This record gives sequence, C-alpha cells and structure tokens, in this order.
Amino acid sequence: MTATTASVSGSRVDRRTAVRWATATIVALAILLLNGDRIALLVGPNRSVLLQATVTGLLIGGVYSLVSMGLTLIYGVLHIINFAHGALMTIGMYTSFLLVARTGLDPYASIVVVVALLFLFGAVIQKFLLNPIMDQSLEKKLLLTLGLSIFIENLLLVLFTPTPKAIQLPYGQGMLSLGLFDLSWPFRPFGAVATLSRTLAFVGALALAGLLYLLLQRTRFGTAIRAVADNPRGAAIVGVNVERTYLLTFGLGTACVGAAATLVLPFLSLEPTTGDAFNIIAFVVVVLGGMGNVIGALLGGILIGLTQQIGGVVFPGQSNLLGVFILFVLALYLRPDGLLGKAKA
Amino acid sequence: MTRLLGRVDPNYLVLAALAVALLFVPFFLEGAGVEVAVRILMFGMLATAWNVMAGYAGLFSFGHAAYFGLGAYSGAYLLVVHGLSPWIGMVVGMVLGAAFAAMTGFLSFRYKLTGAYFVLTTFAFAEMLRLIALNLDLVNGAVGFRVPIVRDATIWDLQFAPGSPAYYYVILGMLIVTLVVTIALTRSRSGYFIVAIRDNEDAAASLGVNPLRYKLLAVSVSGALTAAGGTFYFQFLFFIDPPIAFGAPISVEILLPAIIGGMGTLWGPLVGAALLVPLSELTSSLVRSPPGFLGFLEGRSGVDLMLFGALLVAIIIFLPRGVYGTIVDRIGVSKARKRGRQRQLEGAS
Repeated sequence: MTATTASVSGSRVDRRTAVRWATATIVALAILLLNGDRIALLVGPNRSVLLQATVTGLLIGGVYSLVSMGLTLIYGVLHIINFAHGALMTIGMYTSFLLVARTGLDPYASIVVVVALLFLFGAVIQKFLLNPIMDQSLEKKLLLTLGLSIFIENLLLVLFTPTPKAIQLPYGQGMLSLGLFDLSWPFRPFGAVATLSRTLAFVGALALAGLLYLLLQRTRFGTAIRAVADNPRGAAIVGVNVERTYLLTFGLGTACVGAAATLVLPFLSLEPTTGDAFNIIAFVVVVLGGMGNVIGALLGGILIGLTQQIGGVVFPGQSNLLGVFILFVLALYLRPDGLLGKAKA
Repeated sequence: MTRLLGRVDPNYLVLAALAVALLFVPFFLEGAGVEVAVRILMFGMLATAWNVMAGYAGLFSFGHAAYFGLGAYSGAYLLVVHGLSPWIGMVVGMVLGAAFAAMTGFLSFRYKLTGAYFVLTTFAFAEMLRLIALNLDLVNGAVGFRVPIVRDATIWDLQFAPGSPAYYYVILGMLIVTLVVTIALTRSRSGYFIVAIRDNEDAAASLGVNPLRYKLLAVSVSGALTAAGGTFYFQFLFFIDPPIAFGAPISVEILLPAIIGGMGTLWGPLVGAALLVPLSELTSSLVRSPPGFLGFLEGRSGVDLMLFGALLVAIIIFLPRGVYGTIVDRIGVSKARKRGRQRQLEGAS
C-alpha cells in the first residue's frame, strides 16, 4: 500500500511544484520581454557576443566545478561548511608558483607535488583541529575553518606581500599535427576564443568529477566514505574506522582543491586573496549541485559560469554576481537538496 | 527595600553599576584611548545585538552586515542627500533593518531552512545588498558617502570635535539601551518562548507556542539594534562604502566578540569586545613600530589578523563556550558541587 502511494505521488506532478514552475516561467518571460530589444540584438548581428559569453561561461563554469568538488565532498561527509577551502586553494597556487618559478618545472607537472602536499595538509587539519570538535555544532566548525582561513590568508600576505604574481605558459599558442588533422590553439569553437589553459582546466574538471565518482562508487574506500556520510555510528558498528575516514576525506577534499589550484594558476593572477573569491561561488555551486553530490557540483559550476557570463551580457551595468546570488537563494528555498535532488514540497 | 530589590533582575543592578563606572572612564583616558573605548562599546553593542538572534534564538547569522549596512546607509543617505539629522536616519535604519530581517527571516522559516542552509542564506542576502549598493547611483555606487562637516555641530548632528568624549557617551547610551532590551526580552514571556524554540522547536510548538512569531521577533529586534549601530559607525568613522557596510568582514567583526566572550550569555559579547578591541589595537601598533627583537614585523600588515585567526581557532577548540561562558560554567559547577556536598552532610547526620 505504502509502496503504491509513494509511486503514485512520485509520478504525479505536485500542484505546488507546478505553480512554482509556472511562476518561474512567467518571470523568465517577463525578463525576456522587457529586455527583448537587447536579446534580439544579441541573436541578430551581435551573435558572436552571446557566443563568446557562452563559451567563456562554460570554461569559467568548469573552474567553478573544479574548485567546488572538494568542498561538496567535505560537506557531504563531514558536515563542515569549510570556509578555509579557498585559502587552501591559495596555498596550492603559491606552491605551484614557487615550483614553477624556482625550479622551472612545467606548471602542469607541479600538480603531483601540490596534490600530495595538500592531501597531507588537509589530513593534519582534520586530525588536530577538526576531529576534536566533530561532536560540536555546525557553527563551531564553520567558525574554526573561518579562523583558519583568516590565519592562512594573512600568513600568505606576510610571506608573499600583496603584489600579484602570474606565470606564463611557454606553449600558450601552438599546433599539434595529428596525422588526419592539425590541432591548433587557442581554440576557436564557432568563432569564439578559448585559450589552451582554460580548456585544459575544463577538461580537468570533467576528469576530476569522473575520478571522484568512480572512487566513491567503485572502491572499498569510497564505500566506507559513503557509509560514514550516511550514518557514522552504523559505519563504526560494521567496522569502519570513522575518525580515519574523516581524516582521509578532508585530505581528499583539499587534494581536489590542490588539483584545481594548479589547473587555474596559468590564467589567474595570484594574490593572497585569490582563493577566497572562489570560496563564495563554490558554496553556491555546492548548494546548487546538492551538498555532497560530485556530479551535481560539476553541473552546478557550469550553470553558474553560464549565468554569470550571459547575465552580464543581458543585464549590463549590474554586477554579474548578483544573478548568481539570486539563483543561490532561489535554490536554497526551492531545491535545498540541489537541482538533481528532490524538490522541497 | 530588600523585597523590592529581590524582584529586580540582578542583571539590571550589574548594568547600573557598570554604567556608572563607565561614565568616568573618559576622565582617565587621552585622545587615542577614548577612541579605543568607543570601539569597545560599539562592537560590544553590535555583538550583543547579534547575540539576541544567534545566541538566544539559535539562528546563527553570518550576514549581520545586511542590517548594519542598512542602518549605515539610511543615516548616510538621509544626511548627505536630504540634510536630515543622523538620529532620524537611525530610526529609519532601525525600521529598515527590522523589516529586512523579518522579511528574509520569514522566507527562511517558511521554507524551513536550518543549519548550513540558514547560515548560507544570511550570508547571501548581505552579499546581494553589497552588490546592489555597488551599482546603485542613488547611494553613490562604489564611491560611498562621507559625513559633511558641520560648523557648530550639536548633539542633533551627531558630530563632535575629533577626540571628543561625546562619541563615547552616545555609544555608551546605545550599549545600555541594547543591554536593557536584551535583559527585558530574555526575562519576558516571549524571551522564554524564544529560548524554548531554540532548544526544541517541536516540543515548544506542541505546547502551543508559535515558533514563526517568536523567531521573527528575535530577528527583528536583532536587526533593528544592529542597524542603529551601523548609523553610529558611519558618524564615528565619517565614511561608508558598499564593502565596508555590507562586506563579509563586518559580519565577522560583529559576531567575533560574541564568540570569544560567549554566545547566549548576556555579558559575553561585551567581555569579548573588551578583550578583542584592545588586542587588535596592540597588535596593529606593534606592527607599526615593533620593539627591536620583533623588527622583522615592521610594516607587515596581516600579522594582527593572523593572530586573530589563530585566537579564533584556539577559542573554539579549548573554550567552546567562550571566555565569559566558561567562567560562568565553572562557577556554576563549583556551586552545584558545594550544594551537593552540603546535602550529603545533612543526609549523613
């Protein structure tokens, strides 16, 4: 009986959901109508502007996905709103920068060192700072990571000064002969421009999402992580070492942001606050994708990238972050389990 | 006489004694010292206002900059554009702060957001206001507002000669009002409901308490008081722009004293401010002109904030109830132990 009821209510569209979607559609239509001339302009002669915004949005979205993946893992398993995520990313970027500047290492080769170092860093933070307060409230953990981020950011400021730093890719422009056809970059999809480093970051985001998904779904370690996320006590009863899993998960989360750091360094200017700017957007992405959902983070990041870039074209003069925050609040209210999760009745 | 005193909340007596003592503070301080005292009282007041919502009602806010900024901008806009007194701006700001808190609070309660989700919405609303202010010509966009200097300013202009103790007495008055409101609220029927809802919303609701109404009361009071603090901040610092008024740093500065002192306690936020503000002054003056053995720190901005970050981490790990909260707990425990021992003795005889 219960099963039938569930399946019925699952297949029928909830009336309130319908009303909500209708309202959203009307609002969207109103926006389109009010800005009709501008949009008409975009699809008309200025089509390349919109096209470039879409390509840029996709690529930037890839970066957001990349940064958010570790964050969503940490929230999903440890229930920590990690405000230090961006600061840890900045550490990764400075590490990569130093390796490239001092030893002449290829920027993408430094990923091995950065990922290993940040994994260790994350594990140490979890072991000595967070494990002692795992039974405390959510706010206490948030504040601890906030303190940590303030500490790290200002330590980097003292060590490296606020002067922006950047690295140059020696092969930013080039061509590769693949027999059948030649591959040349920067890429020009449909006439828009996509630089090599941004494209590689996007590909990296896809690869990282795939790897994390496989790790979580197909390995013993991943199963243990999911068990702890679901029910720490139950996991402990069947023999999972919960504290160790916490430690490895936080390490894995920071290792992910380490990978992100090396992939974005070639096209970002590096300052002690660089990572912090991503932290806010990463939270938005994590909520949109569903907290703890790796594939959701990938899609959420791309959605935010597109919203920001296309929103900037349609509403010039407004900060392109405003649309992102409006989307964020709407997602929190209407779909707190993420766009892929169940709608809230 | 004793019967009369017995009925008065002892906290009022502590407050009265404290207020009288604080009246004399400016006589013992010089220019820069008065300024530090003003900052202590100001952040003590703001943290006390935050505590009403986060400490007593259990609604952790990471976006008090929203209410603070509304107060600061109401005062600034009405003063600079319309030439109205900051006191009028303060009242308008309090209304706006309370209304914004109630509106955003209503949405969050309506959609039953708790925990991480609630915290993130408070943050998002403050950020939205920052971005709107940044692009709104009505409030000068990114340029912000400056207090126009008035010749022969009076108290009505809320503007005094630099270093004048008048700022001190104004913020002292505002702090006292904030503390009185907090005591009155926590002692009232509504206050008991607010705490009951924090501790167990379902149980409170099952006894006929309307959670929505009392949560809205708590956020509105907190929003209004914070906005008043924002107006004062503008008058005291003479300048406001969107990042200062609505940015995440001010949200952190508002909640930090309450966390360090003790969330959910009456005196914790003020104790926290009395510890944090002088500490920050000390570290920044150390960085400006360090003694010989710390010479390498000279001019290195960031050292003071590093210390703050480390302090926050240490307090959360070692004194999760805050400095004042921990002291009160210890005294409470030792009192209870004494009572227990006495009872044991009585039982034995």
